[in-house]
This record gives sequence, structure tokens and C-alpha cells, in this order.
Amino acid sequence: MTSDLELACRELVELVTDYLEGALPEAERARFEAHIAACPGCTAYLEQMRTTIRLTGMLTEEQLAPGARDELLRVFRDWKLES
Amino acid sequence: MSEAGSASRDDLRLIEALRAGDETAFTSLVQRYQASMLRIAQMYVSGRAVAEEVVQEAWVGVLKGLDGFQGRSSLRTWIFRILVNTAKTKGQRERRSVPFSSLWTAEGDEPAVDPDRFLPEGERWENHWSAAPATWETVPEERLASRETFARVATAIEALPPSQREVIRLRDVRGWTSKEVCNALDISETNQRVLLHRARSKIRAALESYLQPEEGVAS
Repeated sequence: MTSDLELACRELVELVTDYLEGALPEAERARFEAHIAACPGCTAYLEQMRTTIRLTGMLTEEQLAPGARDELLRVFRDWKLES
Repeated sequence: MSEAGSASRDDLRLIEALRAGDETAFTSLVQRYQASMLRIAQMYVSGRAVAEEVVQEAWVGVLKGLDGFQGRSSLRTWIFRILVNTAKTKGQRERRSVPFSSLWTAEGDEPAVDPDRFLPEGERWENHWSAAPATWETVPEERLASRETFARVATAIEALPPSQREVIRLRDVRGWTSKEVCNALDISETNQRVLLHRARSKIRAALESYLQPEEGVAS
């Protein structure tokens, strides 16, 4: 049952980023961890969020279009001449 | 990875190379940040062409400021500050109606998880899972880290509202610290966290429906 002291799963999922960012106040963090320890669903959810972050971190940024790069190289050469 | 606080040794080496006129150093610097800069510029000005101008101007500003760069922030934080300032100035000149302060403010209520997956209020276990997520620990790494999965993640990122997209790209794709993102984009820690939270929650949901399409049916 949801009491004032206990987090509901629906509340917990909104705190995951604050938790991972270390932004939860101490008492809140303790409530979060107590819930996780007792709830397989939220344990899986937290693990999914961690995996999501890990997979997102494996993406690579697209390459720069060569046109813009050539133009910037001209900017750089001009700058060099002036300085 | 460099700290938000000050320029790293890599930064200082790079700056020295730039001052010496090293074109490869400049090209690699441009390559690293150009795409992000362009997207962020597009949030302040209307149209791709103007955004490209802004980025170009920002690079000129970076080169001009190089000699005066004190190394009190990391190089990339400094570069993005120049970009955001250039874009703001240009945007003001365009008299665009979107107020800058609202650009990065997370507004409205966006639940991280579909409310239907929780038990309704009034039930004994109200707001606890009715359709709990399953573990991904049993999903083989070859499937998790597959091209198909990355394509899903990329598509989900593209579908995000611009402010959420930029924050997750800088934080999770590029690995910036929250302090660096806040400094570079000139947003508060709280805003940054809300935007990141919404972005990550949506990517997770997209991954879940890809990895476990039948989720929620059996529970």
C-alpha cells in the first residue's frame, strides 16, 4: 500500500534520472533504494535506464559535410594571415 | 574527458596547435563540434542557412578569442558559449517571437512511463506496476549492441523535441558532464535534468517496444 513514506512505482520512475545524477536529497535517496530493493519491476526499470544510457553512449555523431569544412578552412587561413 | 571547471591539458595542447596555425587541429575541432553547433543554432534562428551563418560567425569568434582564452573553462564549454551568444544576437536581430528563456524550459507534464502500465488509484496497490518491465539482462549483447538497435535509438532521438534532443546528445551521446551542458547552453541544472529525464525515458520506451514487442500482454 502507498503511504507517505513509501514510494509508488509510478513516482519512482520519475526520480530515476535525479537518482542517477546524484541529485536526490539523502532521505529521498534512501526511500528510492528501499523501494528498488523490494520491487523487481523497478529493479528491471532502473537496469533498463542504465542500459539505455550505455547504448546511447555507443552512438557516433554523423560526419561533417565536406562543403562546410572547406569554407571553415578558408576562415582559419584568413585568421592566420591576420594574426 | 575534460572537466567543466577548466581547460584540460588536451585543450591547452590543441590551443597551442591552433595558435601555431595547425590546420589539421582546426579541422578536427570543427569536425567534433560542427553538427551539434548547427543544431543548437537552429533552435535560435529560423532556417538552416542562417544557422550555418551563425556557426561560421561563432568559429570566427572562437579564432579571434583564442589568444585571450584563459582556460578557466574547458575549450568546448567556451566554444558553445560563443555559439549560443552569437545565435542569441542573431535571433534577436531576426526578432523571432520565441523567447529565449522558454526555449530550454521543460513545460507541461510528460510521464516517463505510460500511465496504463500502473494499477489505477483506489486499488490496493495503486500506482504500482500492472505491466512491469522485464529484465534486459537475458537479451544477448549482440542484439543489444546491434546496428538495428542503434538505428532505433537514433530514430527515437531524432523524434524528440529539440531541447530534449540536444541535451541527450550532449550528455549521453557525447558524454559531456551536466555542468558542461548547463554552462554551454546557459540553462539551469534543474532544467537540464528534466530535459534529460524526458529524453532518456522516451528512448527507453522505444527500446522496450523494440526488444520486447509483446510487453504488457503477458503479465
